[in-house]
Amino acid sequence: MAQVIELRHVEKVYRGSPDVQVLFDINLAFEEGSFNSIVGESGSGKSTLMNILGTLDTPSSGEVVVSGQSIASMGRDKLAELRNRTIGFVFQFHYLLPEFTAMENVLLPYAIGRQGSHREVVEWADELFELMGVSKVKHNPASKMSGGQQQRVAIIRSLINKPKVVLADEPTGNLDSVNTAAAYERFRDINKRYGTTFVIVTHDRRIAEQTDRIVEIRDGRLLLDISK
Amino acid sequence: MGLPLRIAVRFLRSGKGQTALIVGGIAIAISVQVFVGLLIDSLQSGLVEQTVGNSPQVTIRSSEENVTISRWEDMVTGIASLSTVREVGVAASANAFVSKGNDSVPVLFRGLSPAAADGIYGISEQLYQGQGIQASGEVLIGRKLSEKLAITVGDSLQISTPGGTLVAYRIVGLFDVGVAAIDGGWVVANLRTGQSLFGFGDRITSIEVAVTDVFEADVVAADIAALLNAGKLEVTNWKDDNEQLLSALESQSLSNNIIQAVIIISVAIAIASLLSVTVLQKRRQLGILKAMGIKDRAASLIFVFQGLLIGIMASALGISLGLGLLYSFTVFATPGGESIIDFAVKPAFVLRSLAISITASAVAGLIPASRSLRLNPIDVIREG
Repeated sequence: MAQVIELRHVEKVYRGSPDVQVLFDINLAFEEGSFNSIVGESGSGKSTLMNILGTLDTPSSGEVVVSGQSIASMGRDKLAELRNRTIGFVFQFHYLLPEFTAMENVLLPYAIGRQGSHREVVEWADELFELMGVSKVKHNPASKMSGGQQQRVAIIRSLINKPKVVLADEPTGNLDSVNTAAAYERFRDINKRYGTTFVIVTHDRRIAEQTDRIVEIRDGRLLLDISK
Repeated sequence: MGLPLRIAVRFLRSGKGQTALIVGGIAIAISVQVFVGLLIDSLQSGLVEQTVGNSPQVTIRSSEENVTISRWEDMVTGIASLSTVREVGVAASANAFVSKGNDSVPVLFRGLSPAAADGIYGISEQLYQGQGIQASGEVLIGRKLSEKLAITVGDSLQISTPGGTLVAYRIVGLFDVGVAAIDGGWVVANLRTGQSLFGFGDRITSIEVAVTDVFEADVVAADIAALLNAGKLEVTNWKDDNEQLLSALESQSLSNNIIQAVIIISVAIAIASLLSVTVLQKRRQLGILKAMGIKDRAASLIFVFQGLLIGIMASALGISLGLGLLYSFTVFATPGGESIIDFAVKPAFVLRSLAISITASAVAGLIPASRSLRLNPIDVIREG
């Protein structure tokens, strides 16, 4: 299987006095269609790793390859385009734009990239709203939804452009256990149906155990890499 | 283009109160700019109109004292053919005396062609008693002269010339043009009457010209001088005789322009600083949009559009307010029962104000736009 994202000898140092190194020689690749988790304690460097995987942050050394292309030589616009087409993000703090409705938020990645027909995208959004159980609030302003609803809408938004990979940072942090389980079932479902790669960052081992591969990171180093 | 505009609209709508305050504040500044601009412009036009509106702006006389002009008909036709000329009249005028009892009052007896009497001086329009001149032997006098001599329509007016001629005319009308020298010192008759009183024959004393643009009178005067090509004629224009008035008007225009420029600059600074605050307020949104792939240029366009939209709303409101102020001024500022200025909207001025203020607003949006360019999504994501 082809690799969707690959990190080669990636290190990250935050410059300051003193310098703080948060990632040490990370070599990691995710196959197309795989379902993965990254686990680690708070401060272990997993969020930094996630941001580098998502091309939002740049490594101090080493190489990041997305869909076979090294991003080192890409300018900001090219990277923005790559993110829009290839990567879906679910951030820990869900980050919906409060000025827009749920549906408008979901359609933003499409409005930015404008790939495919509008009608089909809206149908796809409707399907995802249905799947995530938030159809009733799809025309509500984002600011007038519960935390759980917002998180589900953020998940839908990450999927709208049918990205090759979804990077999710604690995507169910605001959901109760029943809804958390349901959300993972849906991730699985989408993973199987559309071959979307999932990389889920979590501190919850029980969630991680439901994925096909667990990567554990501690103090900026890969500790474990177990595939089922 | 579409998405940044949509986001800009939504950002402005989401902070309705803040947007209303920004638009209101800027609109007030623009309204002052429009009001002051139009007011000064109207006052200037009014002043110029009063000073030279009802008089010839270019006059052609003989360059020698007490010499009349003959063969003037071709000259009049030639001058009238200039597109910059509004009206050409001729006059046969000289000093004379009005005798009443033992009194003798000096006057200027003016024999005017109809074009001069009505087209230039507007005498018929200013008649407040009696009627216009129908025949030779009839004269009009001004309000002040009528009051001074206690004579009125229907009375006889005894005129004596320095040459010793004594003729009685009948007063048929009284005028009031609002200029003391004319209302108190002129006796107006038709051209033929003037010519025969002074024994000029067919000759005249001056050709008088009203031009289409009073501020171009010097240029028109030069054209006329070139056209007549006559060394014995002297062509004068009102600007040569009113240099002080002109320099006062120019200073006023300059100060007006400075006021306009200062207001526009303050509008631009206000918009730039207010939108810079918006960049900070919308940091999270910008970060997430950039993470989702919006390009830096499109993200910065959001702020240019916000500036533009604020500019359009504030300009529309400001211009309406400014015109409202001007209208109120014409209605309520009426010392002596008469409005100081007429309510006259100059579309060119209003459109220019609109264009300048909208452009300034969009340019002001460039400053916050450049700040948004530098925003890196990771900074927002890390903040949590």
